[in-house]
Amino acid sequence: MRSAFVRRLMQSAAKDPRIVLVTGDLGFGVLDEFEKQFPRQYLNAGVAEQNMTAVATGMALEGRIVFTYSIGNFPTLRCLEQLRNDTFYHEASVKVVSVGGGFSYGQLGMSHHATEDLSIMRALPGVVICAPGSAYEADCLVDDLIKRPGPAYLRLERSAPDFTDQAPPPCEFGRARQLRDGTACTLIATGGIVSEVIAAAALLDQQGMSCRVLSMHTLKPIDASAISAAAIETGGICTVEENSILGGLGGAVAEVCLELSQRPRRFKRLGIQDRYTSIVGDQAFLRRAVGIDRDSIVQSVRALVS
Amino acid sequence: MTTASLRDPAAATAELQALARRIRLHALLMTSRGGTAHIGSVFSMADIVATLYGRVLKVDARNPSWPERDRFILSKGHAGAGVYAALAESGFFDPKLLEQHYTNGSRLSGHVSHKGVPGVELSTGSLGHGLGIGCGMAYAARLSAKENRVFVLMSDGECDEGSNWEAIHFAGHHRLGRLTAVVDYNRIQSLKPTEETLGLEPFADKWRSFRWEVREVDGHDHAALAEALTIESDSHAPPICVLARTVKGKGVSFMEDSVLWHYRIARDAELEAALRELGAQE
Repeated sequence: MRSAFVRRLMQSAAKDPRIVLVTGDLGFGVLDEFEKQFPRQYLNAGVAEQNMTAVATGMALEGRIVFTYSIGNFPTLRCLEQLRNDTFYHEASVKVVSVGGGFSYGQLGMSHHATEDLSIMRALPGVVICAPGSAYEADCLVDDLIKRPGPAYLRLERSAPDFTDQAPPPCEFGRARQLRDGTACTLIATGGIVSEVIAAAALLDQQGMSCRVLSMHTLKPIDASAISAAAIETGGICTVEENSILGGLGGAVAEVCLELSQRPRRFKRLGIQDRYTSIVGDQAFLRRAVGIDRDSIVQSVRALVS
Repeated sequence: MTTASLRDPAAATAELQALARRIRLHALLMTSRGGTAHIGSVFSMADIVATLYGRVLKVDARNPSWPERDRFILSKGHAGAGVYAALAESGFFDPKLLEQHYTNGSRLSGHVSHKGVPGVELSTGSLGHGLGIGCGMAYAARLSAKENRVFVLMSDGECDEGSNWEAIHFAGHHRLGRLTAVVDYNRIQSLKPTEETLGLEPFADKWRSFRWEVREVDGHDHAALAEALTIESDSHAPPICVLARTVKGKGVSFMEDSVLWHYRIARDAELEAALRELGAQE
């Protein structure tokens, strides 16, 4: 997913000299080619995320389209007030990219778990939020984010299976992507965890339970009509996110349902409970540990709709 | 700047003095009327702001977003009343608007705001934000081969913020010669003198060690300020820090060098006395 992003950004940078990539001294081996081809559109701001964000904002206010690039919580929480007061309030075209959503850097420890970023960014006015579920979705969304004026947050997985490459339906900003249809339940997921959800839905199908799967790659603005349709047309909604259950995708979906008076027959949020994860493990291990891996999703959905 | 003052340095200085006095008067009335703090901080920087708007900045009040303009950021946003006053005096908007400062429904918030206020480049208020953005603006100007300069006016207490040192580090490394930081060095911060809070000295050396050129100057001497704020146009020279030694509350005797007037609001007899000292009756 990270490579797909950089590849697409290079294609765009070749056509549009306003595009600048500013890294917080991360991206070893991934950004070299960008730097080589576009030295005037590349800047390493050093290990200083507050200033990286401020510099990006200053450049954006001067007409550039700036991507800030770092990992985990560094381009978001570390410089949150710069984002709020400077980037977002001034509607600057800064696209914040965090590689390593959720437990991508699981074994590195709690500091590197980006597990509340979606909730926190969602609360801030003026920024759109995308968490693609595959390299294909990341590839599609980069162009959308460049075309849309103003700030964006793009949460990427370090790596993600390209399971939906070239497959319809197309990925459009702001519209949930239906990856599978079914009636028993709708699984709505955002970010790399979509791969677990796809696998869970396949398993549920074998067990006679057909599920709709929506990739909510654009978390804000959220696709209310897809949520509403899921509430009406299927037996329930289960949200899955590699993020705190507080204030992220699950909260957003619940808000839409209740405010549209489209209460799903059954509803469940799967995500990280309201606690930090201190056990050591890779992404797959930690997903299992907190109950958002394929098998846990299958169990939860079966319990929900049976 | 009149034609006469362009020829006559004394007349030029007198014009800046008059502008600084009007900025102080506006700000005194604005903060007193609105019931808001920070008059000491405005008075401290009034001569710097007057010199910038009266002499140094290339801006166009009729075209506030003129692409070639110099950028000015007030990073010590709490002194916003002084910048609103300078902008009104420079023709960016009707000085009558100043009467709405800090009132319900107004565009002129206590900390400087760019929303709907012509000439304000950036909204600030939380300290340690302006210089990094100034770095980005100067860096972008270099990429575009533009000639404009970027000025960031900071407080001394603000230099406690680590984000400033990230920006100072960045600007020094990249030799952002068109970036100028002006520090209003009045040696008093929110609660106590800077030396009793987090000592900044050796302050000039700190900036120099981060590869800046430092110009120490009397922050109430318009001619000296104007000289310190003028540079040869070299986009790859070291950035300049104008360390302006100032007196907090400058211009009203009982407000000078007093931490009290960071927060106190002049009312009644105090307001009358301050207005008299600033020559409001003239």
